[in-house]
Amino acid sequence: MSRDLSGFRPVLSDDEIARALTRMAHEVVERSKGASDLVVLGIPSRGVPLAQRLARSISSVEDIDVPVGAIDVTMYRDDLRLRPARALEPTDIPTGGVDGKIVVLVDDVLYSGRTIRAALTALDDVGRPQAVRLAVLVDRGHRELPIRADHVGKNLPTSVRESVKVLVEEVDGRDAVLIGAAEDPVAHVDLEDAR
Amino acid sequence: MIRHLLSSSDLTREQATTILDTAEEMARLTEGRSVKKLPTLRGRTVVNLFFEDSTRTRTSFELAAKRLSADVINFSAKGSSVSKGESLKDTALTLAAMGADAVVVRHSASGAPYRLADSGWIDANVLNAGDGTHEHPTQALLDAFTMRHHLGDLDGRHIVIVGDVLHGRVARSNVSLLATLGARVTVVAPPTLLPLGVEHWPCEVSYDLDAALPGASAVMMLRVQQERMNAAFFPSAREYSRRYGLDTQRFGRLSDDAIVLHPGPMNRGMEITAEVADSERSVIVEQVTNGVYVRMAVLYLMLAGAGDGTTGQEGAA
Repeated sequence: MSRDLSGFRPVLSDDEIARALTRMAHEVVERSKGASDLVVLGIPSRGVPLAQRLARSISSVEDIDVPVGAIDVTMYRDDLRLRPARALEPTDIPTGGVDGKIVVLVDDVLYSGRTIRAALTALDDVGRPQAVRLAVLVDRGHRELPIRADHVGKNLPTSVRESVKVLVEEVDGRDAVLIGAAEDPVAHVDLEDAR
Repeated sequence: MIRHLLSSSDLTREQATTILDTAEEMARLTEGRSVKKLPTLRGRTVVNLFFEDSTRTRTSFELAAKRLSADVINFSAKGSSVSKGESLKDTALTLAAMGADAVVVRHSASGAPYRLADSGWIDANVLNAGDGTHEHPTQALLDAFTMRHHLGDLDGRHIVIVGDVLHGRVARSNVSLLATLGARVTVVAPPTLLPLGVEHWPCEVSYDLDAALPGASAVMMLRVQQERMNAAFFPSAREYSRRYGLDTQRFGRLSDDAIVLHPGPMNRGMEITAEVADSERSVIVEQVTNGVYVRMAVLYLMLAGAGDGTTGQEGAA
């Protein structure tokens, strides 16, 4: 469902998103001392195209193919019982798996940290990576769990009464990060409704 | 998303598609993984209430519930209070008192699951696992899932269902679900094995298997139950087999990408020959695997969400 974004103002433009992802790609490579063991996994829905771009960017920096996929966390969420059952998003673990690899989880917005907690549990059932890193385009604060991102596109101080929207070309037709008033105070779950 | 699953004709196209899509994700989430288990239904209790024996369906539901981390209780008529004469109502009250979240019912009386769902005896979600000669919706869903996996979108596809339509709940459930999904269905059976009112079903009816086969994307052979063979529904097993059995010759006339289904258990040599049942285009074993995924999907969609959010077409669906 498309939302009325008229009250929202831009925080990052398409160019700025591209630059942030390029910088994050270099950071990931530097941190992992190369890209040979990397597996990049996006969290649906907006994390998946971002993961693909990040992986592409890493591949072009290091000149090797970085496996990229998706990991759906719906079945592992702690708020399942609070809302009607949701349709699942695709999970796609690259052939070769994650055992012994460095997994880079990619999501659009880091907020409460609960999605990432769910992703870590989901990853447990897939295999045992050597390490798990977290890359997010926007960190908006207000963590409810002891979780932090390793690579951040932009730190964005927000109020809980605000809502952050990430639009990506592949899903929304354009790239942008927007901020505006939240429709309901538990707005961090809203992001998924935007499709 | 759905409160009870009693009949496949209750499902809208959108709901049916959601179930099949979810089942596909279930397959992807558990296939080839060392941990074939998801934590989603932790703390939920699923009761398998089987008044009729059905090892295959019960085991499939049990495995599906366990893969989603639900607790499973098997309650079969034999050796339980039911064999001592307990009524459906008292059994339901007992299960309610035990805190069952979902009840999977198999009953020889058509409509028993409806009674359970509508009576107010028990608050749990009810899944029909076969009631009398009426419906077996999860079988239809797993058949549709299997066909969709091989054929792609079922819209406009021609599906032929052959055999005992009169006593078979599988046929009824399949016809309505396949019609909902946009497929063209032809039911083939001797006139004695067609139920009253079959002309109102959303399908074509034929007595001639050879005429129905050309152009079919999938052929589903139904089991002819042994007890019917002597009950004058057809002159002899041999004649049935010759007119309505899928043998190598008929199989050869199917198009190259057509598939063969059978809900099991098979009577080899009766409705289907061994060569056909074991051929590459027979997906009969696959149907069993897919049954688990489809039942996982249904249990997930029924039980994972908010208990009272039953109107739920909203959200990401």
